[in-house]
Formats: sequence, C-alpha cells, structure tokens
Amino acid sequence: MSVLVYVESPDGHFKKTGFEVASYASKLAATMNTDAIALVIGKADQAGDLGKYGVSQVIHVNSNDNIGFDSQALSRIIADTAKEVNANVVILTHSSSGKALAGRIAVRMDAGLASGVNALPDVSDGFKVTRSVYSGKAVATVSINTPNKVVSVMGNSISVDASGSAVTPDNKSVSLPATKLQVIEKKVVSGSVPLPEAELVVSAGRGMKGPENWGIIEDLAAALGAATACSRPVSDADWRPHSEHVGQTGIAIRPNLYIAIGISGAIQHLAGVNNSKTIVVINKDPEAPFFKAADYGVVGDLFEVVPRLTEAVKKFKNQ
Amino acid sequence: MDILVCISKTPDTTAKISFKNNDTEYNTDGVNFIMNPYDEWYALVRAIELTEQLGGSVTVLNVGPSSNDIIIRKALAVGGAGAVRIDTDATDSYTVAANIAEYAKSKHYDMIFLGKETIDYNGSEVGAMVAELLDLPFISYAIQMESDGNSSTITREIEGGVEVCKVEGPAVISAAPGLAQQRIPNMKGIMMAKSKPLTVVPAILQDPKVSTVKYQLPPAKSGVKLVDPENMDELVRLLHEEARVI
Repeated sequence: MSVLVYVESPDGHFKKTGFEVASYASKLAATMNTDAIALVIGKADQAGDLGKYGVSQVIHVNSNDNIGFDSQALSRIIADTAKEVNANVVILTHSSSGKALAGRIAVRMDAGLASGVNALPDVSDGFKVTRSVYSGKAVATVSINTPNKVVSVMGNSISVDASGSAVTPDNKSVSLPATKLQVIEKKVVSGSVPLPEAELVVSAGRGMKGPENWGIIEDLAAALGAATACSRPVSDADWRPHSEHVGQTGIAIRPNLYIAIGISGAIQHLAGVNNSKTIVVINKDPEAPFFKAADYGVVGDLFEVVPRLTEAVKKFKNQ
Repeated sequence: MDILVCISKTPDTTAKISFKNNDTEYNTDGVNFIMNPYDEWYALVRAIELTEQLGGSVTVLNVGPSSNDIIIRKALAVGGAGAVRIDTDATDSYTVAANIAEYAKSKHYDMIFLGKETIDYNGSEVGAMVAELLDLPFISYAIQMESDGNSSTITREIEGGVEVCKVEGPAVISAAPGLAQQRIPNMKGIMMAKSKPLTVVPAILQDPKVSTVKYQLPPAKSGVKLVDPENMDELVRLLHEEARVI
C-alpha cells in the first residue's frame, strides 16, 4: 500500500498548490505508515525536487506527444500508475484540472471521492476528512467507505513542508491512448496570480461606481502582490470578467487576506469568502452587513481610503 | 442535436444553513429549494440555444424524489422538450453519476450538459464520473461553446486563463458563468411545461462510497476591530503584527 500524489506542472513548472499536495500526501502516508509517491506527467523541470516535500519516489512520465489537457488520457495514466505502485489513496489538487480528473480516477479505481478537502484526514477509525459545503457556509466531515480513496485538496489548506531532500526521478514512458479532444489554444495571463491560489486578494463591488475607477484597486493589489476579485453585480454588469467573481455562484476562495472594498456583504458573497483567514472591510456605510464577518473594518469613503492604504503598504514594503 | 441536461435541486442562495439530528442532517425547515443555478442559467440555456440553432431537442434529467418535480417543470418551462426523473434520493455523487450514465447508455445523446458544481455540496464530481462511465471526453468549466452538430469548439476556464479545445462527437460538458444568459420562463412556457412528458424511472442502488457523518458551522468571528480611516499605517501594522498576513 502507498499514497500516490499527482502533481501538476503547467508549462513545465510546479506551483505552490503542487507542493501543498506533495506535503499533504507525505504527511498522510506517515500516519498510515507507508510511502508517498509523486507522479508527474509531461514537461517538468526538477521533478526530483518533490522529494523535498517528503515523497520517497518521483515517477516522471515523459511524453513527446503534446497531450495538452485531456482528462480521459490523463486519468488513465494516473489510475494505471496507482495500480502499479499498489496505491490505495490518490491525492490531487482541487484545481480546474484536478476536478476534471478526480471523478474519472475514482470511477476507474472503484474508489470513494472526497473533493476539495481542507485538512488531513482522521485515519484512526476509518477515513474521515473535512470539506467546505453550502458554498462555504458550513463544514462537513465525510467518510470514505471504500478500500480505494481519491482526495482532492483545496488550495491554501495545508502548510508546505520542504524539510526533505530531492530524489532522482524514475523516468517512465507510456503509450498514450487515442484522444478525442484537441487543445487548440491556451491563453494564460502571465504575471498575474490565479485567484483560487492567491494568498492575498483585493476585491471590490458596486461601491466603485464604474469600471473606470478600478485603477485604485489594481494599484493596491500591485502594492500587496495580491490578486483582484469582484462581487457578482460587478461581473454581471461586465465591469470585470466573470473569472474574477467570488461568491456563492462564482468561485470560493480561502486566502490569508481578503480586502473587500465597496461590497455590502450579501449572504451569497460571504459564502464564497468567509473561509478567508483575515477579512478587511472598507465601506462608507457602517451598517454594511460585511462588517459582521470582518476582522478589521474601515468606515470611510473608499476613493480616499484605498489610495491611502496603497501608500501605507508601499511605505511598509520599502522599510 | 439531442442533448441531455442534468439538473440538481439545491437550497435557495439565501437559505439559512442549519442542521438537525445531532448535526448529521441539513435542516430543510422553511427552506426554499431551487434548480442549481449553474445547471439552470448556463447548462440548460446553452443546450436550448444549440437545439434552436441546429435542431433536435433537450431532455432534462434529475436524480431525486417526486418533490423535485417542481424544478423539473421549471426546466421544461425554460425550454426542455421532455424530462426524466430517476427516482431515488441523491445521496452521493457516485449514485447520481451511475444513474445518469445508466440512463444515457440506453439512449443516444449528442452532448451531455451539467453545471460546474452544485451550490450545496460544491464537489464538481458528477460530470467527470459520468464521462468516465460513458467513456466520453469531459470538458469542464465551459464558458463558451459553438457546435456544428458533430464538431464542437469549447473555451474552458483554467487557472489564470482559458483553454480553447475542439472535440468530435459526444462529450460531457460542465457549464460555468458566461456560457449563456439566464432565461426567465414566460407564461406560455409555463403553460406548455405542464403537458410535456416527465418519465419516472427506477434507480439502481448501491452502498454509498462516501457518506457525510457530521456538519458544523464555521467558527464565528470574534468581532470587527475598527481602524481610523485617516490612519492606514495602523491597518498595515495590524495586518503585519497581529494578523500576520502581510
């Protein structure tokens, strides 16, 4: 028995969420008295570095074919590898790719699936793990009842432990199954922090009055090194792209710091962000419901407060 | 193009979340249930638009008890041609996926649509499972889709960007915001929905692979600390020294 962790390497590089799942798998394997094995598919620089995060082996599947992302082909490679290394637990990132893979791998392995978990499981009696439900308004403890298990881990849920040492990856080649899906184009905004992985998020709502005023939000985000987000009315009005919409019908995030600017804090918005570690609310209305969910509040005109905060952040960073 | 659209029933977005039976069960008292917004606003509407453009029809499918008929009728009012309800409680994602796949296997659909996730369990699990059970490609988080009936071009959201892909033949597609614009059913649609066929089929059942053993509400915040709007240096200090997030 072992724990297999699939670590994504988009554009040939690992991301922080990749190191998080490697750490997760290693810690889980330790409590189960077994080994964690990492699987990397496609181009990846320094695949052996995953050893630093506690995995005892790295299997690197090289392929000259440009497979792009096809969940049908990738899930087969992952499930086949799990079988070969006798893994009964497969760990994935709860990313757009991870979500598309997890259900498929679970079917192939006849495994129970716990998706988007936010902590290590309790394996003292069965396999119980917590995950956020009702769009962040509650936490459920779920039990996986099958011998094989698939778990996808929400970003920013576990601290990365890089105290181990790098290993030499085992290269492996596989013949790829025929794919019915062809990736034509990939457009990634370089330099920006993807929202689900961001540790710091600056978010704004209708209080901004119009899309032309977003400069002060972008300035604050740039000063902090934060990602930008928005509320639903803002994306519905096309002031900002849908991909920035956080909340119940947008995306759920759990950054270390969420700064909400000119957002009243409707229950649907809070649902997507109330797992943030620290929430700052800036609003001119002292009765805004968001203040009840906040750690720090500033009652004031955002057009004055936000540039002032940006200057304060810059001053702090220069110290 | 004949399309199967899978819909779920979820609590209303403003519903109060509380639990009963020693925190093992969601308390549905006074809760208004709706069609899962991702299924309704994006998956269902884009499927209807495609049939309007290419011909064919939309079949709506729900796994659930007879109390779900109300949301199924709404989907028919929006524009589904007929509906199927697989008669069992949707207890876990695999049961739901296995029943959808079993039904879809016996028919021929050119495409299967569902929402990217439900707003109660937030798992994003069912679509990938259905695709694997039917050995079909799965394109998740679709925000744009065009099709000529066989070849489809889909833009899907990925971390920090988008990916455009092309698929030949049937696939499972999960819908995200942007794929379509919400349609409010009109009076004619609502009247017509009453006479559209809703077939109830028995479910295949098995032991759930995953079960929820306990719910809890997130810990309450201890209270907001207000900072003088003139003194943002103080806020930065608190975030650095007290909250330790910057």
